[in-house]
Amino acid sequence: MTDKNPADSNLAEQLSTTEKVALSLRKRHRKEKRFQWAGLMAVGLGFLLVVILISDIVLKARPAFHQHWVKLEVEFRQDWLGVTSSDLAELKKANYRSVLRRSLYGMFPDVKGRRDKRSLFKMISTNAEFTIKQYLLDTPTKLGKTAEVWVRFDDDIDSYLKDDYTPGEAGPRVSKQQAQWLQQFLNKEIVDKRWNSEFFTSGDSREPELAGVRGALTGTLLTMLVTLLLSFPLGVAAAIYLEEFAPKNRWTDIIEVNINNLAAVPSIIFGLLGLAVIINIFGLPRSAPLVGGIVLTLMTLPTIIIASRASIKAVPPSIREAALGLGASKMQTAFGHVLPMAMPGILTGTIIGMAQALGETAPLLMIGMVAFIVDVPAGVTDAATVLPVQIYLWADSPERAFLAKTSAAILVLLSFLLIMNSVAAILRKKFEKN
Amino acid sequence: MKKSLIILSMVAASSNLMAAGRDTINVVGSSTVYPFSTVVAERFGKNTDFKTPKIESTGTGGGMKLFCAGTGVDTPDMSNASRRMKKSELEMCQKNGVKSITEVLVGYDGIVISNSKASKQFSISRKELFLALAKEIPAKDGSETLIANPYKKWNEINPDLPATKIEVLGPPPTSGTRDAFAELVLEGGCKKFPWIKAMKKKNKKKYKTICHAVREDHVYIEAGENDNLIVQKLTNNPDALGIFGFSFLDQNSDKLQGSMVDGKEPSFEAIADGSYPVSRPLYFYVKNAHVGKVPGIKEFLKEYTSEASMGDEGYLTDKGLIPLGEEKLNSIRKDVLSLKSLKL
Repeated sequence: MTDKNPADSNLAEQLSTTEKVALSLRKRHRKEKRFQWAGLMAVGLGFLLVVILISDIVLKARPAFHQHWVKLEVEFRQDWLGVTSSDLAELKKANYRSVLRRSLYGMFPDVKGRRDKRSLFKMISTNAEFTIKQYLLDTPTKLGKTAEVWVRFDDDIDSYLKDDYTPGEAGPRVSKQQAQWLQQFLNKEIVDKRWNSEFFTSGDSREPELAGVRGALTGTLLTMLVTLLLSFPLGVAAAIYLEEFAPKNRWTDIIEVNINNLAAVPSIIFGLLGLAVIINIFGLPRSAPLVGGIVLTLMTLPTIIIASRASIKAVPPSIREAALGLGASKMQTAFGHVLPMAMPGILTGTIIGMAQALGETAPLLMIGMVAFIVDVPAGVTDAATVLPVQIYLWADSPERAFLAKTSAAILVLLSFLLIMNSVAAILRKKFEKN
Repeated sequence: MKKSLIILSMVAASSNLMAAGRDTINVVGSSTVYPFSTVVAERFGKNTDFKTPKIESTGTGGGMKLFCAGTGVDTPDMSNASRRMKKSELEMCQKNGVKSITEVLVGYDGIVISNSKASKQFSISRKELFLALAKEIPAKDGSETLIANPYKKWNEINPDLPATKIEVLGPPPTSGTRDAFAELVLEGGCKKFPWIKAMKKKNKKKYKTICHAVREDHVYIEAGENDNLIVQKLTNNPDALGIFGFSFLDQNSDKLQGSMVDGKEPSFEAIADGSYPVSRPLYFYVKNAHVGKVPGIKEFLKEYTSEASMGDEGYLTDKGLIPLGEEKLNSIRKDVLSLKSLKL
């Protein structure tokens, strides 16, 4: 502790050690304070940015979770439908568009002229004809009768009601005339704002009022499952072999360098590899989560191997020596003693790799997962897309209502990530306790 | 347990391959045609018992490569294109065994040059646009020499234009919209100089370089493939102009206005009758060998070319497609349903 620096000033020489310490103490404390402040500011700034980002997304996403519906009196007249009996096969092919049109015009008898009728019909979602079709198929007894059916508004009307509603006044993409008709609907109290559960239960659509994330979410789930099932065992096995069993020679050095290099390869390259090898040579189907999972495995593997090796290396040698000394085999040592202790670190590496894979779109472009797929995939070989791709496709759509859908899909992706990370955190806690 | 799952999924994959057929129509290609094909596909899936076709957005060139890779269920059945198939592409197709292809003209897409409604509407000629955006332009003294583009403000080109900085947001070179813009607007303006026009016959390569090269001094700003981004930037910057597809102007007509090009407003009608000079045809191509092998192709073609979709008031026009007109649609429908083979 004594200061022996001859360059110190006379004053410093005259002071005793305790006095010198006391003098520098204040300076050191100040320095520490400053550092703490800087750290706090960094954390605060980061937190602030996250809050701004999330609240911006939440704000933009809000309209996506509700949808305006309107109650129409639909006349299921046989001559309009073009059917002769309530035979199901015939009802399936009937002309519901005409029924919907005429029922709607019936509610506004004073609307005349092709143009006006067209703009009136445009206020209702293009899917409404399928809504009333489903209604009649469910209750065939209504054939020939009038029924009250709730159908969706078009996305333009829906957005107008959510954002720019001024009674009877035109809005973006809503004419004054349409606004006045809308007012009539509202006055009759047949408009209802409902929770849009379809957003979570239906697949993609080109109509914003119908588009849902279920297809993309299922695709993500399947792809991630394939990735996890392939990359985790392979990665951990490779790490254990390289750390515990492999001889240290030139070959293992080359392998190590290559694994490290692989971690830095841009992800699109893996997509090209997937196209050339997995699809063209092995003949697996395009756009399938299986292929997507394999490609993402290639991308995730190096991350898992590097993290696993580091955490296996961090297990104290005394553990291994003790196990070996008590007569355990090398394999028993590795799997019974080293691996459980390394597990928390391995899980951290896995979650970093998986989180990266979760957000990838570039490699999936090459293997056909950037696509419009309406049906929800049922297995790993069905055509599917994933959440980040869905976000990209919606963000690129001209219809304005997709802006809200895009933000809502981002929220779903973030929630997925959060759940994935929480599961990993819980597992890690469990391993740490043992 | 994990291993058995992997094996299970592998088995599932291979069993899928054993089954020779495929029951979903696969479509690849242009991102410009994508919004239209997807609408048809969705309705087709809902209206019929066939599965909803899968539409990939790969870009025109990328789509052609996949499409022409051969016949067989692992290759796509159709390819969307925002330009006509090139002769070289047709040759590549035929070399790989894709002998018979049907061409379908879907409709037209206008390219608009627009700005925020907060500022005045532009009225500009293609020649002026060429002078504003080309990398090299003819010298002002009338001699047949090229100089680096010196213009910084619009009124330097034409005193009638506003005295604001030239700032244009547009698509990057990888985009089909950019190709079409270069061909229709820049080349259209560049041809107005007789000596450059004369060069087309003598030195086609040089002619193309002069007419298609866009300046790189941050006057033309590449805004990525995302047209929504350009729309957002235009509302924030009233002085800037943006280049994108007509459907985006249609969707944002409360915030943006289209500039008059050669005195013509980019309206639905003007693009449809061809008087607005900047529009391009949209196509898709069908592999005839797959018709009958993959279920639903014929029915899908019928739906696509029906009056209800491609017609003057069809649902595709609601999405911004400029329709062909009745006569043309009828003749195209006839060719498509008889699967007339494409010859270039």
